[in-house]
Amino acid sequence: MSSESERARNAAAMLHPELLADHDDAATTRGGRRLDHAEGSSKPLRPPPEKQPRGAKIHGSRPVDQAEAAERFLAAPQHEKMHDERLWDLRQKRDREMHGMPEWEELRSLASAIKEHTLTRLDEYLEQFEANAQKNGVHVHWARDAAEHNAIVHAILKDHGAKSLIKSKSMLTEECGFRHYMASVGIEVIETDLGERIQQLDNEDPSHVVVPAVHKLRTDVAEVFAKTIGTDPDNSDVHYLAEAQRRSNRPLILAADAGMTGCNFAVAETGSVVVCTNEGNADLSANVPKLHIASIGIEKIIPRLEHLAVFVRLLSRSALGSPITQYTSHFRGPRKGGEMHIVLVDNGRSERLGMAEFWTSLKCIRCGACMNTCPVYRRSGGLSYGATYSGPIGLIIDPTFNARKYSNLPFASTLNGSCSNVCPVKINIHEQIYAWRRELVKLHEVPFAKKAAMKAAGELLSRPAAYRAAITATNAALAHLPRFVIYSRLDAWGKHREVPHPPKQTFHSWYQANRGGKR
Amino acid sequence: MSSRDTILASLRASRPQVDRPLPTVSLFDGLRPPSLVAAFKENLERMGGLLLEPPIGGDALAPLREKIAGAKVVCSTVPEIAGNRAIARIAAPRELADVDFAIVRAAFGVAETGSLLLIDGELRVNALAYLAQHLIVLLDPADIVVNLHHAYRRPELRVGHYAAFHTGPSATADIEGVLIHGAQGVRSLSVVLIAKRSRPRD
Repeated sequence: MSSESERARNAAAMLHPELLADHDDAATTRGGRRLDHAEGSSKPLRPPPEKQPRGAKIHGSRPVDQAEAAERFLAAPQHEKMHDERLWDLRQKRDREMHGMPEWEELRSLASAIKEHTLTRLDEYLEQFEANAQKNGVHVHWARDAAEHNAIVHAILKDHGAKSLIKSKSMLTEECGFRHYMASVGIEVIETDLGERIQQLDNEDPSHVVVPAVHKLRTDVAEVFAKTIGTDPDNSDVHYLAEAQRRSNRPLILAADAGMTGCNFAVAETGSVVVCTNEGNADLSANVPKLHIASIGIEKIIPRLEHLAVFVRLLSRSALGSPITQYTSHFRGPRKGGEMHIVLVDNGRSERLGMAEFWTSLKCIRCGACMNTCPVYRRSGGLSYGATYSGPIGLIIDPTFNARKYSNLPFASTLNGSCSNVCPVKINIHEQIYAWRRELVKLHEVPFAKKAAMKAAGELLSRPAAYRAAITATNAALAHLPRFVIYSRLDAWGKHREVPHPPKQTFHSWYQANRGGKR
Repeated sequence: MSSRDTILASLRASRPQVDRPLPTVSLFDGLRPPSLVAAFKENLERMGGLLLEPPIGGDALAPLREKIAGAKVVCSTVPEIAGNRAIARIAAPRELADVDFAIVRAAFGVAETGSLLLIDGELRVNALAYLAQHLIVLLDPADIVVNLHHAYRRPELRVGHYAAFHTGPSATADIEGVLIHGAQGVRSLSVVLIAKRSRPRD
């Protein structure tokens, strides 16, 4: 196959033709077919080097300025385009899977119904899960918040004299600031997921719930690895970097005193902890050291194994567009001679359950589909949100942790509803984003410019005659006002966009002139 | 009050006041592929796995023997093939760190995804399937279920302490979306279709 025709064919499907490489040396093909399972990008992409933009600046509880960080991300076009392209690729692969399954919509409805049922009886199912796990020989602990979770895990490790811990990726432990805490008590934590390990070595939070280093280019990874695990700083070959990481992690995995995993699903009827990974790193973390600790958010419970089938079929298809993750592992109890602990963590979840408009956000299975499809997320990067959860799902979860700090986030959305459409558990994400805006105004956590504009709009929209007069006046004004007035600092909308040309006539005045009075 | 009781009390107080009955999940097996083996093979290969097919009328294990011929350390937990590292003598998982090929038997396969269920009873030491450089799995072609709904009704997920679906080898694309096999665990996964010895032959 000539690279010319390959290039032409690919270019038609490309969002950003300038990233297209002639051919892809790094691709894995089999029988002439490019393999694109796991989270592979299905097109050859090759950007030149560019410095990585960093995430939002955090100042205690002061509101995170997502727009400021997003602006810096947009100012790094190679990063922004690679990010946008890769995530859109995942979205398209998700669509391919969806179209290949006639029962897709039925599975989404089932998943939503199972989760909602479970959440309305979460106390009962948790007790059932605990009893079954204990029957299997697992030690079960309960933590009200992040601090208690960290203290419990620390105590277990201390009991075993453990000094090093290998762990798989877990958003819950990110929520708990677990690595920072462990560093403060002198326990070495080694992340075993490649993306998470890159982020750990770079002292940066994960930017995406499934692909933690998706905002980095290979040149960024080469720089991080050169500084931390001693790779050649001039070699940014992806196969070389991944192999170097495997070799530097392996001895740490073999020597670790304890292992930790998160949990994708906890099955009440069997007491099973289910973990999904592509790298098999959760299985290494849980099966190599004698001690396995699983941290579980209390909303992860599902009633029975037959329900698990629904979620496993949806999870990786929604996340990466692959039919299943490479590994779906079920831990029911300790292995011979081993010890297994479970920490059930609340950390604000029980309170969220009581919020009439927001409790269904607890259905989330952390697939990241809403992020991959979101035009704001794709073009601003997960770190711009300055919070554990970014993207559309983050907009509705983060304010429950700190309404002031995350007060800007619900405004980082176009409300296009794409997030709700791709959500495998049917969370009405965009409606909850809108509801949070109202909530934050009530809580006085909305900045003056937004509030003044919304108040004026509210008054205007409640009086049709005044609205019509204002539209006519605005359209006239927009046609004649100088740019510096339209694109002022108060108007965030006009920052990276052109305000549309005002129509010569509004629909209402056209209707009045042409159809008015006629019925 | 203990944290357990505090959390449970808080959940009871927050219970959404709505009625949400638990739905019934059907088996979604109306559209069965004409051949489960062919569907399994196609999906296994799509996920980066390999099916070791014998020459027609030849020994099913011939391609496996050829594959491990030059290997230094082979650890087998199946009676069909003898390795040179006895799993029964392994005291700690890290003793398996130098294994080149691990050979194990799957409890069953799933056609929909090309997955294999590996269970603790067959693995003997769970870490074997992750620390080895390469994994070869024997699967009885009569033990392939059509999809995950059928898989999750099998008894194996209710008895042992550990069971994992393996679908292809360890994989990642965490750097720029480039697919890598052998991210942390096995670099390759090969499957041999061969009936269980205890099963009476047709």
